[in-house]
Amino acid sequence: MSNSPKDRRASIKNDQVEQLKRMIEIREFEEICFNLFAEGLIRGTTHLCNGQEAVAVGIASSLEVTDYVMCTYRGHGHALALGMTPEKVLSEIMGKSGGSMFGLGGSMHLSDLSVGLLPTSAIVGAGIPIATGVAKSAQYKKTGAVAVSIFGDGAANIGAFHEGLNIAKVLNLPAIFICENNLYGEYSPLASTTSVLDLATRAKSYDMRNYIVDGQEIEEVIEKVGEAVNFARNGEGPTFIEMKTYRYSGHSRSDLAAYRPDGELEAWMERDPIKLLNNALVSKKTLTAKDLDKITKETNEKLNSVKEKVEKSSEPTLDYLFKNIYSE
Amino acid sequence: MNENSDVILMGEDIAAAGGPWKTSEGLLDKFGSERVMDTPIAEMGFMGMALGAACTGLRPVVEIMFVEFLGVAIDQLSTEAAKFRYLSGGELSVPLVVRATTGAGLGFGAQHSQTLESWFYQTPGLKLAVVSNPQSAYGLLRSAINDNNPVVVLEPRSLFANREELIRGEEGFVPLGKAKIINEGDDVTIVGLGSTVESIKKASQEIDASSELIDLLTLIPWDKEAIVESVRKTGRLVTVEENPFSGGWGSEIIAYVTSKCYKELKAPPFRITAPDTLIPFNEALEKKYLPSVEYIKESINKYIITNEAPPSWWEELEV
Repeated sequence: MSNSPKDRRASIKNDQVEQLKRMIEIREFEEICFNLFAEGLIRGTTHLCNGQEAVAVGIASSLEVTDYVMCTYRGHGHALALGMTPEKVLSEIMGKSGGSMFGLGGSMHLSDLSVGLLPTSAIVGAGIPIATGVAKSAQYKKTGAVAVSIFGDGAANIGAFHEGLNIAKVLNLPAIFICENNLYGEYSPLASTTSVLDLATRAKSYDMRNYIVDGQEIEEVIEKVGEAVNFARNGEGPTFIEMKTYRYSGHSRSDLAAYRPDGELEAWMERDPIKLLNNALVSKKTLTAKDLDKITKETNEKLNSVKEKVEKSSEPTLDYLFKNIYSE
Repeated sequence: MNENSDVILMGEDIAAAGGPWKTSEGLLDKFGSERVMDTPIAEMGFMGMALGAACTGLRPVVEIMFVEFLGVAIDQLSTEAAKFRYLSGGELSVPLVVRATTGAGLGFGAQHSQTLESWFYQTPGLKLAVVSNPQSAYGLLRSAINDNNPVVVLEPRSLFANREELIRGEEGFVPLGKAKIINEGDDVTIVGLGSTVESIKKASQEIDASSELIDLLTLIPWDKEAIVESVRKTGRLVTVEENPFSGGWGSEIIAYVTSKCYKELKAPPFRITAPDTLIPFNEALEKKYLPSVEYIKESINKYIITNEAPPSWWEELEV
């Protein structure tokens, strides 16, 4: 099978083993990123998503490549889940010419239009009204496409969130707003900054259909996103989905998450999304108990060879400094 | 909108009410509510919506009632729309037009009277044009709608009552990035933008020198070639700006032209602007605030005679 983003995307649809493999790919990929940053081989900042893999792969499995996704700077997992190749993602993160922005974007700016990934934005909440507009375009042109906005719990307090949700509801647009509630907005626990702990409550005030989903259970993610997609395609308007999830790492490179209460991380790791899906597959006898280690090892080896290749790859040339600013 | 069904219009009260400035009267009936949309009073939200629509196949025209309201939408315009092509590695285009009304003179007070062109400097990816008469209102807007980039078109409200015979269609287009020489002259280059274009035309009739009058039309990117060529001929340059002195658009132009033509200058280029203060409501003070035809004429006449930059009227008033 070819390694194109579209093929990678197709492979996870309705295939739980492939979904598990993609989740492991994301986990291992983030591990490699973490180490590369720690070794000083990547500059700038990065926002890892380990712990949240079921959300990313579940969403990607539920959409078509003709649908659009607007997501945030915590985007490595979504980009990989949607089909972007590890080589392209890592090239961008390492500032290499093989990246989606030829290395001019970095970790926070990934995109791949071939699988519907719009440029990830580094501004909290900014993608929410943009997705609303993408949905307007789909509704007006009757393309049947759905616009998905993925954002964190921190975004639920910014004006763009409220303005984007309101307009989408008023115009009955084919949009899905997915909040990855990982309990912390940057360094601050949710309760210290936010008036409600269930962010789906906010959708209620816009009279918008809303779900609270266990984001560690990929089957539940797929079921609810699938329902929202059907509503959107049938002209039944937007849906808000709150995914209860957890990030194992801190907010960004410089954050070691010392603010977490003792035992919280460990409790969430008990409900690790990869472990949960693997257990389900083993109990169904789709996989054996030994398969997980084998898949993890194979994925790790593959990603390490990608890493070696990317490390040796070329840097963007000076002319890229002035490219892609204006359209003709 | 007749020519391209991808062109949609959105803004506050622009559909059912026909627009607060009546610039969209009749369009709702003609094109329907999917194309002519009343938005909530939520500029950040509908600017974001316009961007999302623009990068997936539509050509939205957003109307902002007063340019100040762009303050709450500037993230979507400057940090998102202007950068989306770059952030997509050249995959996406953003054919987005933002119209906003600007300027003092009508008694709207401190928060509804500014011009604010300089908010958009240092935003590569964005274009900005300023209307100076009915033809440029038509022609710049048509060019902006045809452009595949985000373009801000500022429209001075004080000109809304002006009327002239309009050239329509392709011939009436005013290209972005090109200044227009209104009147050729040999002694001094006078550059206006927006509302000051009318003022420099009137003032020049009583200037005791041969003035070359230029309507800048587009500020981002501005027509360097036209201004430099003119100053090489005249050796003198004056910019006439409605905005406060500090950081106005003329600073950029004068800095550039001075660096390029230093040895050809006969006098230091200088700027006629409003003072560094807020815009007053009181009618007499608001009139004084704006660079009047009289003030422009006197300043330029002094400049021509002395070959020095004359002092501003407020210099002795400033604390």
